[in-house]
Amino acid sequence: MGAFILRRIFQGFLVVLGVTIVVFVATRLVGDPAKVMLPLSATDEQRAAFEHKFGLDRPIADQFVTFVGDLATFDFGESMWQRRPAMDVVAGRLPNTLKLIAAGLGLAIILALPLGAIAAIRPGGIADRITVFGGLFGLSLPQFWLGLLLIMLVAVKWRLLPTSGYGGWQYFILPAITLAVPATARLMMLVRSSVIDELNQQYVRTARAKGLRFSQVLFGHALRNAMVPFITLAGWEFISALAGYTVVVETVFAWPGLGLTAMQAIRHSDLFLLQAIVFTVAIGIVLVNITLDVIYKLIDPRIKLA
Amino acid sequence: MDAISDMPLLEVERLCVEFDTRAGVVHGLRGVDLSIRRGETLAIVGESGSGKSVTAQAVMGLIDVPGRIVSGDIKWKGQSLLTGDGPKRAREIRGKEVSLIFQDPMTSLNPLLTVGAQIAEVLQRHLGMTKTQARTRVLELLEAVGIPAPPRRANQYPHELSGGMRQRIMIAMAIACEPQLLIADEPTTALDVTIQAQVLELIAGLQETLNLSVILITHDLGVVAGLCRRVAVMYAGRIVEMGLADDLFERPSHPYTQGLIRSTPRLDDRMNRLIAIEGSPPSLLSPPVGCSFRARCPIAVERCTEQPPLAVVHPGASAACWRPSVPAWQESPPLEAALT
Ligand SMILES: Nc1ncnc2c1ncn2[C@@H]1O[C@H](COP(=O)(O)OP(=O)(O)O)[C@@H](O)[C@H]1O
Ligand code: SF4
Ligand SMILES: [Mg+2]
Repeated sequence: MGAFILRRIFQGFLVVLGVTIVVFVATRLVGDPAKVMLPLSATDEQRAAFEHKFGLDRPIADQFVTFVGDLATFDFGESMWQRRPAMDVVAGRLPNTLKLIAAGLGLAIILALPLGAIAAIRPGGIADRITVFGGLFGLSLPQFWLGLLLIMLVAVKWRLLPTSGYGGWQYFILPAITLAVPATARLMMLVRSSVIDELNQQYVRTARAKGLRFSQVLFGHALRNAMVPFITLAGWEFISALAGYTVVVETVFAWPGLGLTAMQAIRHSDLFLLQAIVFTVAIGIVLVNITLDVIYKLIDPRIKLA
Repeated sequence: MDAISDMPLLEVERLCVEFDTRAGVVHGLRGVDLSIRRGETLAIVGESGSGKSVTAQAVMGLIDVPGRIVSGDIKWKGQSLLTGDGPKRAREIRGKEVSLIFQDPMTSLNPLLTVGAQIAEVLQRHLGMTKTQARTRVLELLEAVGIPAPPRRANQYPHELSGGMRQRIMIAMAIACEPQLLIADEPTTALDVTIQAQVLELIAGLQETLNLSVILITHDLGVVAGLCRRVAVMYAGRIVEMGLADDLFERPSHPYTQGLIRSTPRLDDRMNRLIAIEGSPPSLLSPPVGCSFRARCPIAVERCTEQPPLAVVHPGASAACWRPSVPAWQESPPLEAALT
């Protein structure tokens, strides 16, 4: 297991390096950073000064060596917009995003497991039909629209919760629900179909013949076997939240996380900050994947770590 | 151990089970009568699809959607398991007083739990044992079913064990609460021939030491001899012949039984006579009126369009046939007859 994790960390390191090279190439070769980051009215002198300050006037190979060297120390240069090291900005914002994902995805998982499993008991039954309808409904709601609707109803009209921003637990509720709705729908539908499959397996017959209570058969046997596909999708949800959905939710709720920061970095043409964010998300994805592999192994003894 | 007691342990009376399928209603069981007493051994034989497994599942209370018990009764120690508080009692005795072993040991165990944990589950559920108590008992049980190195095996997962070993695990699970009745549904069909004999021996041994009643379900008559005292022959959802094993092999009454015996290879035969009965069993979607074997029966007569009742042919043997004990086939197959 230890050797496996080390190997995966090494592989992940290569992936992150690959991503960084792509980012480097995209920002230095495809576009001209000075053009992108300076206002159109900038003079040639200002442009030259800028290029000199960030080493953009040096040969590209030189730049790359410095770039990789800086990466090793998590130095992404100065955020133009915030006027402090880009990594500091990321480090300040990342925990907010992680907390939001934990709340949203945690809620989704807690709801999806029992709802999906109960729906699976009688496919086509009342509980199942309600679940499937609810799932399709949840999937059909655009996330930004759902967020705005919640703000208008719960925060503005009923004044139960703050409209947006970051603070105590009250601030978490609406963004977490917005993040959770589509994820719950997807996870629940998956739990439902995998548990239906598992309940038809022979080992479930055995469990029933043993006289186990139905709840034991459902949760202890069938649901446990449905966990491998579930974990895969939950991991995918985490990654897509980190790399995408939080941008929408954080923008709607003015949540000071990585997604909102990415939007701001783009708006301010802050390439260095954007690089730092992409790099961080890449590391996050690699870490999630390693964690998933370890969880698979813990759930299913047949899985060989290689 | 003590002899067969007089009190019937299990009685199945005129049991009918149907399945709703897309093609229509499948009449899986069409009035099955059975009874077994304490310490008795009964074989249920018949071709695939004749209703053997459905009978076992009905007794275990495992008939579930799309199936249902439409009529008849199942009694345990004289009391119905289907009416009144029967279903509640059925849940309590399932896995404790009656247990079931399935055909395919490869898929019958949960792949994600150690075999020890799967046996312990029964003990915790029915005997209220703690984890530690169950652990000790699991090791005893593994020992009892002939699994070497129990402490190591208990911690292994199903995929780490061979088919024969897994079937022994299933047996250990089945006898964990010292049941009175063990139903084995084709317990050796999925196993290698050498392993088959070992598993059957194990069941026979446990039957004796625990004074178990055993219902052995098989499509292979060869398995029955020496293991079961009585035999029930099933055809198209009904029992067509019932009798003492020795007697039934010696002088089968029902033409179907005769055909089955004729098509079973015997070790003591010079020539292996493997003559399958021509034709195939009727569809249970719309079972034929009258004797269900009629379409395949060489000695069918007019009267066979009426359903023959299961009636006593000679002491200890009954058959559902209008012409019981009439040889349906020549003793020797035509080719062999021509050679002599
Ligand atoms: N779940 C089910 N759905 C539909 N038909 C079934 C089901 N289970 C059993 N049957 C039908 O019941 C009949 C008896 O099956 P079974 O008892 O399994 O036969 P066997 O004697 O081979 O064990 C068969 O015709 C089979 O098609
Ligand atoms: S009742 Fe008639 S058709 Fe049926 S087995 Fe007997 S002789 Fe054959
Ligand atoms: Mg069967």
